[in-house]
Amino acid sequence: MSIQDQVIEIIAEQAVLEPSDVKLDSTLEDLGIDSLGLVESIFAIEEAFDISVPFNANEPEQSDFDISNVAAIIAGIEKLIAEKQA
Amino acid sequence: MKRVVITGAGTINSLGHSVPETLEAMREGRCGIGPLDFQDVERLSIKIGGQVRGFEAEGRFNRQQMVLYDRFTQFTLIAAKEAIEQSGLEFVGDLAARSGVILGTAGGGVSTWDANYRSVYEDGKNRVHPFVVPKLMNNAAASHVSMEYNLKGPSFTVSTACASSNHAMSQAFQMVRSGMSPAMVTGGSESMLCFGGVKAWEGLRVMSKDACRPFSANRNGMVQGEGAGVFVFEEYEHAKARGAEILCEIIGSAMSSDASDIVMPSKQGAARAISGALKDANINPAEVGYINAHGTGTAANDKTECAAVADVFGPHADNLMISSTKSMHGHMIGGTGGVELLACIMALRDGVIAPTIGYEEPDPECALDVVPNEARDANVNVALSNAFAFGGLNAVLALRAV
Repeated sequence: MSIQDQVIEIIAEQAVLEPSDVKLDSTLEDLGIDSLGLVESIFAIEEAFDISVPFNANEPEQSDFDISNVAAIIAGIEKLIAEKQA
Repeated sequence: MKRVVITGAGTINSLGHSVPETLEAMREGRCGIGPLDFQDVERLSIKIGGQVRGFEAEGRFNRQQMVLYDRFTQFTLIAAKEAIEQSGLEFVGDLAARSGVILGTAGGGVSTWDANYRSVYEDGKNRVHPFVVPKLMNNAAASHVSMEYNLKGPSFTVSTACASSNHAMSQAFQMVRSGMSPAMVTGGSESMLCFGGVKAWEGLRVMSKDACRPFSANRNGMVQGEGAGVFVFEEYEHAKARGAEILCEIIGSAMSSDASDIVMPSKQGAARAISGALKDANINPAEVGYINAHGTGTAANDKTECAAVADVFGPHADNLMISSTKSMHGHMIGGTGGVELLACIMALRDGVIAPTIGYEEPDPECALDVVPNEARDANVNVALSNAFAFGGLNAVLALRAV
């Protein structure tokens, strides 16, 4: 399974949706994921890929991790995985 | 001063998953204590306890709830549902704004601490689930009850070890009696039957390896249980006006501190709490027909408690009945007073006195009528529930039949 598909699966589970209902341009708000749901998704992503996501729930905008939509989250995770492998 | 009555009761414990199941087990003198079943139990020297069996959280709670509810919160919510449904109260408007939740627990989310310490220390993981803190905090159960039932008034958690439930209920009682709240959801919950929880208790060397035999000369310690007991305390006129079924009336409470030793009980501290409850209820000691004892089955508690009862009641101590239901459900620590209050309700409402089971040999230092081994029919008008905690913190409730 691709990174994209894995991330979408994790987000879909959190949103209680089918993966097919999670679009690349969906925002977390569109998907009904609140702040607790977000930190839980990030935890699941960290567990799945064995990475550390630099996300601080106190100041999401200041974090070096873009959560503006699903595509941005996937891109950020791909970057973290690439950095880990480098 | 308002009168305060109980209009709902709920429980889950090793004797049953509801009040009717629990009371039936108490009437029949059944024992809920058995071999413990959880990870690493073979490394414990104490291998028995009053574990809740046949209980699956899956199906009762959804996935999102499951990640937030420690077992002690699950127990609380199950007991609260039974109690609030029985009361028939729906918390809206002013009733919701002024009614709250006060619950007791000694350890809170002990199995959440245990599982996550295991994960980071033993399994070497460097990351835990984000909800570990909201899951293990001692007030998690009270908060989830308030959210589930829209209780927006004064709400908090009381932690006084083995007296937590009685302190919580004393506080709730006083808030309804003073007119501050028309109704309060109160009681307590505990779930520390996991490897770390029992290992900690082993250290004190007060646990029995075979049975809890309160007041029996051959008693050899306490046995831990788990579970919750939750009640709806309601202002009498409020309950009467809506035609609610009243289980019994709470007529007094008293709290005291021994101010002496962190583990050894004091006769004077216990006696002050018992006599304080009688005074608060404005009753004559001779009116008391039944006492649900703290009765842990330790050498120290049982003789001290009997001496305190003898001091307070004088010759009447020989006329009243005193039993310890811990012999059946084990010591539920911070939740124990909640479940034990059910035995008082059964005495007052049903005229059945729960027995002290496992009683084998009379102890001259516990020479009271401990209702050995078999339940008894009796007409009781006033009952007390004792709780004397580690740390010397005591709380006694007085109840009357309605």
